Formats: sequence, structure tokens, C-alpha cells
Amino acid sequence: MSLTLEQVHRVAHLARIEISDAEARSTLGHLNEIFTLIEEMQAVDTQGVEPMAHAQDVAQRLRPDRISETNPVEQRAAFQAIAPETEAGLYLVPKVIE
Amino acid sequence: MIEHSLQAIARALANREISSVELTQHYLDRIDRHNPRLNAYLSVDAASSLAQASAADAQLAKGEGGPLTGIPIAHKDIFCAKGWLTTCGSRMLSNFVSPYDAAVISRFKAAGAVMLGKTNMDEFAMGSSNETSFFGPVNNPWDTSRVPGGSSGGSAAAVAARLTPAATGTDTGGSIRQPAALCNLTGLKPTYGVVSRYGMIAFASSLDQAGPLGRSAADCATLLNVMAGFDERDSTSLDRTPEDYSRELAVTTNAKPLAGLRIGLPEQFFGEGCSPEVMQLVESAITEYRKLGAETVTISLPSMTLSVAAYYVIAPAEASSNLARFDGVRYGYRAPEYQDLNELYCRSRAQGFGAEVKRRILIGTYVLSHGYYDAYYLQAQRIRRLIANDFTRAFQQCDVIVGPTSPSTAFKLGEKASDPVQMYLSDIYTIAVNLAGLPGISIPCGFAGGLPAGLQLIGDYFTEARLLNVAHRYQQANPWHLQRPTGFDD
Repeated sequence: MSLTLEQVHRVAHLARIEISDAEARSTLGHLNEIFTLIEEMQAVDTQGVEPMAHAQDVAQRLRPDRISETNPVEQRAAFQAIAPETEAGLYLVPKVIE
Repeated sequence: MIEHSLQAIARALANREISSVELTQHYLDRIDRHNPRLNAYLSVDAASSLAQASAADAQLAKGEGGPLTGIPIAHKDIFCAKGWLTTCGSRMLSNFVSPYDAAVISRFKAAGAVMLGKTNMDEFAMGSSNETSFFGPVNNPWDTSRVPGGSSGGSAAAVAARLTPAATGTDTGGSIRQPAALCNLTGLKPTYGVVSRYGMIAFASSLDQAGPLGRSAADCATLLNVMAGFDERDSTSLDRTPEDYSRELAVTTNAKPLAGLRIGLPEQFFGEGCSPEVMQLVESAITEYRKLGAETVTISLPSMTLSVAAYYVIAPAEASSNLARFDGVRYGYRAPEYQDLNELYCRSRAQGFGAEVKRRILIGTYVLSHGYYDAYYLQAQRIRRLIANDFTRAFQQCDVIVGPTSPSTAFKLGEKASDPVQMYLSDIYTIAVNLAGLPGISIPCGFAGGLPAGLQLIGDYFTEARLLNVAHRYQQANPWHLQRPTGFDD
């Protein structure tokens, strides 16, 4: 299997990573080498094998949906202090809806 | 003092032969002198470290304190530490001062350790040479024209040059064990779920596991005692009865302390792919193990040969999902120029991530996309099961599996940097252990051309105490681990 330049652009769009034509071209070469390695998997018959998502097959714990932080107002201020742009406790982004 | 074990340092501190402030200052001075040649540390905050040391001294004066009270420890820059820059080796987080502590950081604080600094690493832990760091590569103290391994390369170089008594690392596909091998250290990746991942920046969540990088198995046991433990904030943390990982390390006069131990030698570890000089050292180590009383048995892990292929589907898939959070909105890097929200995302991510991280996000996005999920992601997860089943079968025939950690000694900076596939093959012997979720340790087993080589020991789930003992008995008889690089004496 080998990817096309168009597929690289499409995947970069899905991943929200801006990519120039030149970058896409060099990326394409590397990705195809990596997929040649990955393709080794396709020769293996895995019919009836249960997919393994986690090393320990334990069910994820459930927990009650409650506030666990003891000082949410302070926490919000601490977390927003490191944001690129905030105002009145909100994160600012370019206008989405006209 | 730089040659003292953690236990010996703790004794010296408890007996007031040295203060934590003196010890911490000594390491800060060493970092000042030697770090410019290595680039092992990304952040050092002398005032903060000395304040912690001073508090530790006050505790020690009262005869109080935990197992690490007053001992300086360096942390891989993947662990969030409150008030410290936590970059994960990336431009994306080059301005990120963490507002909270990772579980590992909290546990070291509770044990009284002094945080000495944050260490360099491959960007988001994606690499085997530390060359993908936004902050530049780390040089191997054994030969500064060579890589220290990765992704925990800064931690490994720092311990090897004795710029810290010990350090933390994380291991997703070999990132503790491979740098340990390349820097003559002992590095342990625990069973998946033993150490909390809370506050440890996620790469591939079903594989990531934190562990210690130290100078000996005994030191790693002391460190794991602090690091391990249930944490409800990590949904995959395992709720188990706490254990003492150093419980099997007691002094013995038995000349054959490993009598009865069955060592499995997988034929897949001893075929092509390993350099002859590393293989020779591994074979010698196995001979030493027989002298210690162990028996060896040939085993087979037939699906292991597919581990690199399956890993480069599963790890990028999980990474593409985990790294979606870096969007230039809530924290981290934001591109200076953009017209709309989509451009803000696309440019912040294009400029904030390096080439290897972007490559893996693209692979992950592709294998999870519509029409390819079954052929790639599901197939990789099925192969993961086959690999885990191979180990389960093998552990019916043996107690510990032994082989090389890395197929070569430290390679030259730049040698593999432009060839991702060659770089990925640096981890052929370590990746299967992460896929199965097993514990693995790398220990020094000698030198080839002046460069250290590592022996890998793999155990069944939750057998860290036994692995550490098997490593410790070898180190008692073959003290390769005590050798250190020249040029770092002052």
C-alpha cells in the first residue's frame, strides 16, 4: 500500500496541522516507509483473536460525577493564568459565529 | 558522596554527617559545571531546591523523615510539577508552568525527596535518541558525540554523569530501558498500572508507565517503593496491596543465590538484528547467571517479531487522540498570526509540534480514520493479544526472560535522525514488553569499544521484587554498574 499526496493533505486537515506542499511531499516519503513496516501485520491470520486494548484486562472504574477540587475558584484562576488569552473567566478565540 | 547508594546517602543524612543543603548544593554545582556539555537538564531552580533541602534538614534534625528525606532527585520533564516549567521537550509547552503536581511528584515530595531539576527528553517522549527535543539533543556522558538513548535521555545522562543520585523516567516502548542500556544504568519499567499516570503528560495511554533510572537495582527498589501505589485519579491504576520491592535483596552468603531460577532465552532475541559485540556481552552475562545457580531454557515468542509493526499503529493512534488537546486555546503555544479559529488550531499545532510528533499524529489519524480502522488499529490490537499470549505461555516454562535491551551500543548523534524506520528499530527488544504490559529492567553487562551495553530482564506481571533481586545478584558478582564515565570527577 502506498499513500498519495492528497491523502497526506487530508489527514493533516483532520489532525488540524497546517502543512505546505513541500512538507507534505517529504512527509509522504517517510510515511510510506513506515507503512511498509506496518504492513508486515497484514500477513498474519488473526481470525477469532480478541483485540487487546489494555495490558490488564480490567474494566475501567466508575466514579460519582462530583466536584473533587476543594477550591474551584482559585483553581480556575490558576489554570487560566497560563492560557494565551482570557477575559472575565473565559478563554478567548477568534469569532466563530457571525 | 556521588558514589554512595541511596541507602548510604540516607544513612549519612540521618547521622548528620552531611546536610541536605550541602548535598543539594554539591549537585547544583556539578550541574553548573557539567550540564553545558550534556544538555541533560532543562530546568534547574536552585532557590526552590535549597528551600526543600532546608526543610528536609529541619525534619532530619528532629529525627523524622521518610526513606528519601533530603535526597535530591531529578525528574523527566514529562511530569507536571507545580510552579515548574513542564515542557515535555516541546515548543508546544515551552511556556507551560504547571499549576499542579503529578502523582509521581507528590509521592517523592511526601517521601521527603528534594526536586533537583527537570530533565531533557524526546519531544512528547517520541524518540529513541533524545534528538527530537525542541531544546536540543542530550549528549551521552560516555562519549559526547553519541546519543544517550531516549526518550528519557536527559534523566539517563544526568544519572550517568552523577549530576543527580537518581532520576525518574517513563517507558512507552523502551524509553527507560534503552537509555539505561546506553548510559550504563539500571532502569525499570514496572507492570502497567503499578505507578500512577496522573499528571504525567500522555503519549500512548495504554502503554505509558513511569519508573526509576538509578545506578543499581537496589537504588531502583528504593525508588519504586516511593513511586508505586494506587491512585484513583488514574483510571488504569491498579488497587493492590502495597509491597516492599527491596524485600528480596538481603545479604546472603549463598554462593548460588539464584539456584532454582529458570531463565528463558527467546530464540527471537538471539537471531539476527543484534550487533555481535552486544550479543557477546549478553552471552557472557548468561554464563554469569549460570554460575549464580540459574538454569537456562530456550523459549519462543513467535509473535514478537510483529511488535514494532503493531506498536507503530497503536502508539500513534493513541498519541493522535491524546495530543488533540494541544489547540492553542487553554495553555501552551499559540501561533502569532491567524484569521479564524481553524487557522489558530492548524498553525499553533504546525508550529508547536516538531517533525516526529507530527509524523506520528498523522499516522495515528490515518489508521483511525474511516475505512482503515479494522485493517490497522483492530489488527494491531489482535497482534498485541498474540504477543501477550506468547509471554503467558513462556512464563509456564521460565521465571525470567533474558536478552539484549538494545541491538547496539550508543550510536552517533545524527546517525539515525533522518531515518525514522531505522530509529524505530532501536526498540525491537523492548516494545513487546509494553504491548504485553509486563515489567522489564535493563542492567549494565559490560562494555564494547568503551561504550556500555544493557542486559534486559523481563518478568511476569507484578514480579518486580523478583526482577530486582535477579538484577541485584548479578550486580553483586559483576559490578559493571559501578563504572562511570571519565571527565565528570570535579
